Amino acid sequence: MTEHSEIVEHAHEAGHVHRDDEASKMAMWLFLFTELLLFGGLFLLYGAYRFEYADGFKVAAADMNSFIGAVNTIILLTSSLSVALSIAAIQRNQKKLCLGMLWFTILCGLAFLVNKYFEWSHEIHNGIYPGGPALENMSNGEVLYFGLYYVMTGLHGLHVIVGLIFIGFVMVFISRDKITSTNFQKLENSGLYWHLVDIIWIFLFPLFYLLH
Amino acid sequence: MSEYSESVNTEAEAHLTEAHTHGHLVGYGTYIMVWLGLVALTSITVTIAGIHLGSLTLIAAMLIAAVKTSLVGYHFMHLKFDNMIIKVFVLVCLVIFLAFWILTFSDLSFR
Repeated sequence: MTEHSEIVEHAHEAGHVHRDDEASKMAMWLFLFTELLLFGGLFLLYGAYRFEYADGFKVAAADMNSFIGAVNTIILLTSSLSVALSIAAIQRNQKKLCLGMLWFTILCGLAFLVNKYFEWSHEIHNGIYPGGPALENMSNGEVLYFGLYYVMTGLHGLHVIVGLIFIGFVMVFISRDKITSTNFQKLENSGLYWHLVDIIWIFLFPLFYLLH
Repeated sequence: MSEYSESVNTEAEAHLTEAHTHGHLVGYGTYIMVWLGLVALTSITVTIAGIHLGSLTLIAAMLIAAVKTSLVGYHFMHLKFDNMIIKVFVLVCLVIFLAFWILTFSDLSFR
């Protein structure tokens, strides 16, 4: 016991900052589980309504532009790759490459959001919005489909924005050498968040765009 | 006494450094291969959706999405290198999630 306290004291004298990367990572994962439950509930709702209104869902999804959906999928997968590469780069002390990869990730995230903007504008222009003219003539299944579509892709888009801000902060830390080759758990955690956002889209894409 | 604590400290630091530099080093090429796999699986999903397979389309799409998720989790999210406790956490979370689906759909299908 005395030995232990002496170590702690010694550590303080040396100005050692306590750091626990494993705990930090575990906390990030626990947070990701709450995100999984948030989206999981919505996926369950989607599943239950699609089960009951299979025909309405198919009619509604027929107007979806699966090409833009596929492009957005590739964009997010590529941004996940660049985040993974940025971690590999910081481990090798390649700060410039790491920052370059994160800039690329941010560009991908923004491109995703721009595509989403055009998509939503197109649908809103066609009168698909709460109280909109097109929605009034639709069956229950179609209305439910578009309700879930806006809520789920909207919530996902919000997560993309949060992920971009998270990565932006991490980039400031890297440029100020607060995140280094031996201390990069913050970058790792932002990566975990970004990959989760990617995984959610992996499921959203076939469920909303590829119903035939 | 202080000599002892000093040696413990350096040992701990050495261990920490080792965990950071040796434990997780993955080549750039590996990540690019995983990405190629993910893109290939996406194009397979789109192609299968183009063929009219009925309810098989949904099953195939969900299976491929599950494979893509495990690729992202295992390689990109570094579950490959993570402690057993984190792997167990993920597994428990997925089992709970699956239980929600089974319970809901056993209710829906027998109404």
